[in-house]
Amino acid sequence: MNKRQFLKGLILFFPAGGLTGVLASPVRGKETSGADKGTEASGAKTTQPQSTGAYDPERHNYGMGIEIDKCIGCSRCVEACKAENNVPQEPFFFRTWIERYVITKDREVTVESINVKSRGTRELAQDDREILRSFFVPKLCNQCAHPPCVQVCPVGATFSTKDGVVLVDANRCIGCRYCVQACPYAARYLHPETKTADKCTFCYHRVVKGLLPACVEVCPTQARVFGDLKSKASRLVRLMRMNKIHVLKPSLNTDPKVYYAQLDGEVR
Amino acid sequence: MRIPEQIQRLAIVTAVIIGGVLLVRFVLIPRSLISDDLHRASTVQRELAKPIKFAGSTACQDCHEDVSSRVRKGYHKNLSCEGCHGPEARHAENPMEVKPFAPRDRKFCPLCHGYDPSRPTGFPQINPTAHNPIKPCITCHNPHDPVPLTAPQECSACHAQIQRTKAVSSHALLQCTTCHSVPAQHKKTPRSAWPSKPDTRAFCGGCHGKEATPKDAPKIDMSTHGGRFLCWQCHYPHLPEGRG
Ligand code: HEC
Ligand code: HEC
Ligand code: HEC
Ligand code: HEC
Ligand code: HEC
Ligand code: HEC
Ligand code: HEC
Ligand code: HEC
Repeated sequence: MNKRQFLKGLILFFPAGGLTGVLASPVRGKETSGADKGTEASGAKTTQPQSTGAYDPERHNYGMGIEIDKCIGCSRCVEACKAENNVPQEPFFFRTWIERYVITKDREVTVESINVKSRGTRELAQDDREILRSFFVPKLCNQCAHPPCVQVCPVGATFSTKDGVVLVDANRCIGCRYCVQACPYAARYLHPETKTADKCTFCYHRVVKGLLPACVEVCPTQARVFGDLKSKASRLVRLMRMNKIHVLKPSLNTDPKVYYAQLDGEVR
Repeated sequence: MRIPEQIQRLAIVTAVIIGGVLLVRFVLIPRSLISDDLHRASTVQRELAKPIKFAGSTACQDCHEDVSSRVRKGYHKNLSCEGCHGPEARHAENPMEVKPFAPRDRKFCPLCHGYDPSRPTGFPQINPTAHNPIKPCITCHNPHDPVPLTAPQECSACHAQIQRTKAVSSHALLQCTTCHSVPAQHKKTPRSAWPSKPDTRAFCGGCHGKEATPKDAPKIDMSTHGGRFLCWQCHYPHLPEGRG
């Protein structure tokens, strides 16, 4: 083959490649346009576009309230979360967890994550009479309005949705753990199977369909309250109106959207 | 003017390279890798496609009307069916094929009801090893409508934390009723009938004042000690401290 033939071949080859690309693209085109339409078509087998009560993320902003006084530390929420979201059963993988605070009379504060698998109650290291006060604090991703984890992601795999939930694109995540490190609330972990970052999504797949997050669903004392901050009368808005509310680590300006009522000053 | 041939060839090669780059950029690389909107939308899409495992309490209502209405009226009214029965969305869709789980084991109820000092006061707690051992809880309590079988006479049934605290304090020998008068109704429906609470300094003075009768109670000068504050603004009456 001489140079002339080679170049001619090239000229023919590339448009041909382009052509195959164009032929292939209708398939891809469908994919993307489906995603374009966004959230509402979800698992719907029937093609229902924007019509029937289409979910509009712009009109919601989700948050969670937690009433410390009501939490009995039964860890139903932790188990439900693991079941709903395929979180590994090992005690060190959590999307939500419960911390037990014990403050003894000599002002020593011990915090431990209570073990889901410990059936029934467990003995405390401290004697009852040494305890000044003690309580449980449920924790989870704060779905910050200014999330530090989103800022540090080098590949843009994690982002805030319009309705105020921080999600991870598992296809894009490269498992570098920057976000795990950056989260001031230790709410993220690296999923051992997918090797990507995983975190609480407020059970996004449930709330968009009008169900409660699994943890809120099973809470026996309504210590967890889920709601829409944009709604005028959601349970969350009511809770926030009737209680003095604290958020965790307010000094970091992350603007958390998990609101605690009756939070003890020792809680970090 | 005639363009020299080498320039023409160079132009073709350049065009081919540019074409190649454009091809890769706009045709071969999926758009969702480039556009944030698209990759976010597809993430949301994937998120929404995740299966729902907890059907939600309203789902059970349709078929289990009797149980649901019973639960809603009783002490367990705030509990979700699936908090005890586990995720049952598959059962709700296909009740004949998928048998739900029922927590009949004695170990289950103490997850919520076992005594634990970190639990809020007033939450009904029992000592799982001492409270009617061996038999499963559901032989005596209906899980869907757990009424206390007989109204508990002991304050400790409900105020376990206070009871346990008082038991190790110097007030251990005082009955609850020495300081609180309790209407019988309080033991059945606690929040509809409130017990009394001491409301004056003189009440404690009845034992701790200089002239008071009980010999074993340490004496203080009621007129000066603690100033104008109520005694329990400094001493927790169920665990009073003073002598260190
Ligand atoms: C579509 C109707 C339907 C729905 C919805 C439904 N069930 Fe059932 N359920 C049944 C039927 C029918 C049976 C009886 C099955 C049998 O006995 O073979 C049953 C039986 C049960 C049992 C008894 C199992 C046993 O061991 O005896 C439990 C517990 C139960 N359901 C819980 C639930 C819960 C919790 C929900 C809500 C998530 C729910 N069901 C929703 C129809 C339903
Ligand atoms: C406190 C935990 C608890 C909660 C809450 C609860 N269950 Fe049950 N349920 C049980 C247990 C334990 C049994 C087994 C009872 C037995 O074998 O006698 C049971 C049995 C059942 C049964 C089969 C036997 C029967 O009594 O008909 C059905 C149906 C059922 N539950 C439905 C429900 C539904 C619907 C709800 C929600 C409204 C619910 N349960 C809430 C613990 C619970
Ligand atoms: C997920 C937590 C949870 C589980 C599991 C649970 N309960 Fe309860 N139980 C509660 C709550 C919450 C109350 C209401 C307490 C209140 O009124 O303050 C309650 C109330 C009660 C009461 C009435 C106490 C009173 O105030 O007189 C009894 C009895 C009882 N439960 C028995 C049981 C039995 C038996 C089981 C096992 C089948 C069980 N519970 C499982 C949360 C639970
Ligand atoms: C042999 C029957 C029996 C068994 C088994 C039994 N209980 Fe009870 N339970 C009673 C009676 C009777 C009372 C009320 C009197 C009392 O306080 O002892 C009661 C009271 C309670 C209360 C407190 C109610 C209140 O108003 O404070 C709770 C909570 C409770 N039981 C939970 C349980 C749990 C959890 C189990 C299983 C680990 C269980 N019971 C097993 C008979 C039983
Ligand atoms: C059936 C369970 C039960 C029994 C038995 C019971 N209580 Fe209570 N009691 C409660 C509950 C629930 C509250 C409300 C706690 C709360 O709201 O934090 C309460 C509140 C109280 C209060 C606080 C009233 C106030 O104004 O704050 C006192 C004092 C009290 N109980 C004393 C007693 C004494 C003394 C006894 C024994 C004679 C007793 N209780 C037996 C359940 C019970
Ligand atoms: C020495 C008298 C005394 C005795 C004995 C006593 N109490 Fe009290 N109790 C008080 C006083 C005083 C208060 C009010 C404290 C306050 O207002 O801060 C109180 C408050 C309470 C409260 C309200 C909640 C709280 O923790 O402040 C409950 C519940 C209660 N008592 C239950 C009991 C029970 C149950 C017993 C028996 C195990 C008991 N008390 C024995 C003096 C006593
Ligand atoms: C029925 C009599 C009686 C009443 C009423 C009473 N106390 Fe006492 N109190 C005692 C006795 C007896 C002791 C000492 C017990 C001992 O030394 O073992 C005591 C001890 C104390 C102590 C010293 C504890 C220590 O370890 O140094 C304080 C403080 C105290 N009471 C506070 C109160 C307060 C506050 C009230 C009112 C809410 C009150 N008491 C009501 C009988 C009473
Ligand atoms: C301003 C806080 C305060 C108030 C209010 C208060 N106390 Fe005390 N009390 C103390 C302190 C501090 C001590 C430790 C002993 C001391 O330094 O006097 C004490 C000690 C005691 C003792 C033990 C004395 C001994 O010799 O062992 C008794 C009994 C007692 N208080 C009863 C009461 C009674 C009854 C009242 C209400 C009339 C009351 N206190 C109000 C702060 C207070």
